[in-house]
Amino acid sequence: MQIDLIQEARRQAEICNACRYCEGYCAVFPSLHDLRAFSDGDITQLANLCHNCRGCYYACQYTAPHEFDLNLPAALANVRQDAWEKFAFPSAFARQFQKNGMALAAAVTLCIALFLAFAKWIGTGDGEGFYAILSHNAMVAIFTPAFLFPLASIAISLRRYWKAVDGGRLRVVHIIRAFGAAATMRNLSGGHGEGCNFEDEDRFTQARRVAHQCVLYGFLLCFASTSTGTILHYGFGLQAPYGFWSLPKLLGIPGGLAMTFGAVWLIDLKRKADPKLGANSARSGEFGFIALLGFVGFSGLALYALGSTPLMPVLLHLHLGSVVGFFLLMPYSKMAHGFYRLAALVRDSQRSQIRQ
Amino acid sequence: MAQPYDIVVIGGGNAALCAAMTAAEEGARVLILEAAPKSYRGGNSRHTRNFRCMHTGPLGPLVDSYSEEEYFTDLMKVTDGKTHEGLARLAIRNSEECLPWMQARGVRFQPSLSGTLSLARTNAFFLGGGKGLVNAYYRTAEKLGVQVKYDAKVTHVEVQDEKVVHLDYAQGDQTYRLEPKAVVVASGGFQADTDWLARAWGPAAKNFLIRGTPYNRGVVLADLLDQGVEQVGDPTQCHAVAIDGRAPKFDGGIVTRLDCVPFSIVVNKNAQRFYDEGEDVWPKRYAIWGRLVAAQPDQVGYAIIDAKSLDLFMPSVFPPIKADTLEELAAKMELPPDRLRQTVDTFNASCGDSGGFHPTELDGIATTGITPPKTNWARPITKAPFYGYSLRTGVTFTYLGLKVDDKAQCSIGRHPVTNLWAAGETMAGSILGQGYLAGFGMTIGTVFGRIAGQEAARYAN
Repeated sequence: MQIDLIQEARRQAEICNACRYCEGYCAVFPSLHDLRAFSDGDITQLANLCHNCRGCYYACQYTAPHEFDLNLPAALANVRQDAWEKFAFPSAFARQFQKNGMALAAAVTLCIALFLAFAKWIGTGDGEGFYAILSHNAMVAIFTPAFLFPLASIAISLRRYWKAVDGGRLRVVHIIRAFGAAATMRNLSGGHGEGCNFEDEDRFTQARRVAHQCVLYGFLLCFASTSTGTILHYGFGLQAPYGFWSLPKLLGIPGGLAMTFGAVWLIDLKRKADPKLGANSARSGEFGFIALLGFVGFSGLALYALGSTPLMPVLLHLHLGSVVGFFLLMPYSKMAHGFYRLAALVRDSQRSQIRQ
Repeated sequence: MAQPYDIVVIGGGNAALCAAMTAAEEGARVLILEAAPKSYRGGNSRHTRNFRCMHTGPLGPLVDSYSEEEYFTDLMKVTDGKTHEGLARLAIRNSEECLPWMQARGVRFQPSLSGTLSLARTNAFFLGGGKGLVNAYYRTAEKLGVQVKYDAKVTHVEVQDEKVVHLDYAQGDQTYRLEPKAVVVASGGFQADTDWLARAWGPAAKNFLIRGTPYNRGVVLADLLDQGVEQVGDPTQCHAVAIDGRAPKFDGGIVTRLDCVPFSIVVNKNAQRFYDEGEDVWPKRYAIWGRLVAAQPDQVGYAIIDAKSLDLFMPSVFPPIKADTLEELAAKMELPPDRLRQTVDTFNASCGDSGGFHPTELDGIATTGITPPKTNWARPITKAPFYGYSLRTGVTFTYLGLKVDDKAQCSIGRHPVTNLWAAGETMAGSILGQGYLAGFGMTIGTVFGRIAGQEAARYAN
C-alpha cells in the first residue's frame, strides 16, 4: 500500500476530526469522529465507506487555496484505488485494468475475438437458435469457469480487506443493514435526502444516485434473467430463445434498458463532474468500466431485437464476448467497488453498534 | 444614464445574502459586491456552524423550547449587561421565524455535532457548516436574479446631505462607479487589518492571529465613519480566544481551537503560570483566554498536560508536542527547562487528593497555597509522556461598527441616512458591547439582513 496516499488521507482526516461540520452527510464522518488516531486499517475502511458524494468538499472551509488544502473525496478515492489494487488476486491484473480503460477495452475485444475464432474452429453446432451458433455445452464450458474464478478471486480479496480493517465476526443484522444502505444508496442521499453534489458543483441532485441504481438494479435484473433461463433450461427442458412473456425476457428487457440507460447517464454525469475530486489516475479505467456495463446491456437488447436477422451470429459473439470479459475482469475493474463497499458497510454497521 | 441596479449590497456573507434575497423577493434589482474571490466568498460566515434560535416548541433540529427570556438572560450573562435590550430582543424574537425561512432558501440542518450536545436545544447546526449555508444562499439568490461580482472591492461610498449618492469599487485593474437607489453595508468588521488592530490595541496586536477571513479589512466601515456616519462599539474590544499557536495567520477557523486548558497548566514564555486554568468549564472560559495570553510577553502561552489528560478533550488540528521528560518538552517548546520543572514541581506539590476528579463538571479538585490557584481539575502533572501546545490570541471579530436603529438604518447625528442600511458583523456592536454567545452572530446577521433588505427594497421600489 502506498504510504504517502494513506498519510495524506490521515492528515486530512485529522483536520476533519477537529472540525466535524460535515457529520450529517454520510457514514464516513460519524465513524471518523469516533476515532482519535487513525491506523492504516482505519483509513482504508473510511476510504471504502466513502461514496464520493462530494458534499464535504463543497461545504469545506479548508479547500485550496487554503493552506490546509483539504480534498477528502480525492484523498479517500486514491486510498481506495490503491487498496483495491493491493487486495486483488492476482494483484498485477488489477494494476493493469483499474486505471486503464484502453486495457479494459482491449481485453474485452480479445474475448469477443476468441469467441468468433472459437465458433469458426468448432464450426456451427447442431442446436437451434443461439445454440446453432455455439452449442449449449460449449457455452457452459466457457461460462462456468469465467464466473467461478472471479468469485473465488473476489472472496480472497475480501478476506484480505476484512483482515486489514480488523473486521469482527459476521452477523446477519450487520449484513442486512449493509444491504439496506446499498439498496437505497443512503450514502448518496446527502443526509437530507436531496441527493449528492456531483455534476454541478455544490448543487444537490438525485441524478447520480438514480443513475447508479438504474445500472445496479438493471444488472441484477439481467442476472436474474440469466438465472431463470438456466432454471428453465435444466429444470423444465425449455431452451432459448424465449418469448416475450417468459421470465428471462420480462426480467432481461427492463434490466438491459435500465443498465444501458443508466450507464449512458453515469458517463454524462461523470464528464460534467470535477475530476479533481476523484481518483484521477483511475478515470480512464472508470469510464471504460461504465462503457463496458452499458455495452453488455445494449448488446443483449440488440440480440433480442435482431435475433431473427442475419446479424444474430455477430451480435451473439459480441454479447457473449463482452459478458465473459466483464466477468473475468470483475475482480480487477471498478466492478470490485461493489464488493468492497458492501464489506465496508458491514464493517461500519459493526462499528456503529459498538459506538452506541 | 439608467442604473442597472436598485440596490447594491456590499459584502458576501450571511447578512449580505439575507438582505439581497429579501430585496430581490420584493422585486428590487440587486447587486452583491463581494471583495473575496469565489473560492473565499462568504466572509466569516464560512467558518460559522450554527444559528441560535428562540423557539416555543420543537423546531427543525431543535428540541424542547427556548424562550425569549431565557435567550435574553443567556445573552446578558456573557455580555455582562452590555447589551442593547431593544435590538437584542428584536433579534431574539425574530429568530424563530427565521429558521423555516432559512430552510425555504436551501439551508439544511443537522443534529447537534458530537462534542456539542450542550447546544442541542438552543443552536441549530448547519449541515456542512457555514459554507454549506453560504453556497445554498448564493444558489437561491442567483435564482432570484441577484447579480454577484467577486473580487469586487468597494473603495468609497459617497455620502452627501445624509444620502448615499454613489459608490466606487475596484475589480482587477478597473474601477467602476454605481449610483444605486439604496445601499446595504454587510461587509463585516476590521479585524483583518492588523494595522488598525494595532492602533486600537497597541503593538501587541501584530502578534494576534485572525481566525476568520482576511477580507474583513473594514475599508467601507472606515470610509463611512470618516464621513460622519454614526459609530458604535469600543474600538479596543474584540472577541479573542486562545487558539493553537501554530494556526495560520488567517482563516484557521474552528479547527485551531484548543480545549485542553482546564486539564493543563498554562505558562508564559518564562515558564510562569499566570491564571487559574480551572476557573470554570471551558465553554464559559475560552473567550477570556485570548486576552490573558495577549497580556503575556510576546503574546504567547504554553499549555502543558501529561498522559492522563490527553484523551479528555476534542482533538485539535495539530498534534501536541510530545516528550518523555519535562526538560525535553521545555527544550522542544523553547521554554527554560529548569524554570518549567520548578513551576510544575510547585504546582504538583500544591495538588491534594484528586480521587474525585471529574472532567465534565466542576469537581472542586483544587490546589492549595499557590498563586494563582487552580480551582478545579487540579491533578499533578507526573505521568510521561508529557504534551504541550502553544497558545496565541485568535481574533474572531471586532465590536466597533455602524450604529443602526430597529430598521437597520444608519444615521448621521440624529438624522437617518436616507438610503443606507447595515447588517451583520458591521453593526453587531449596536447590540453587543462585549462578550459573545455562540450562534448569536448568525442570528443578528439573518434578522438584520432581512430587515435591511426589506427596508432598502421598500425605499427603492
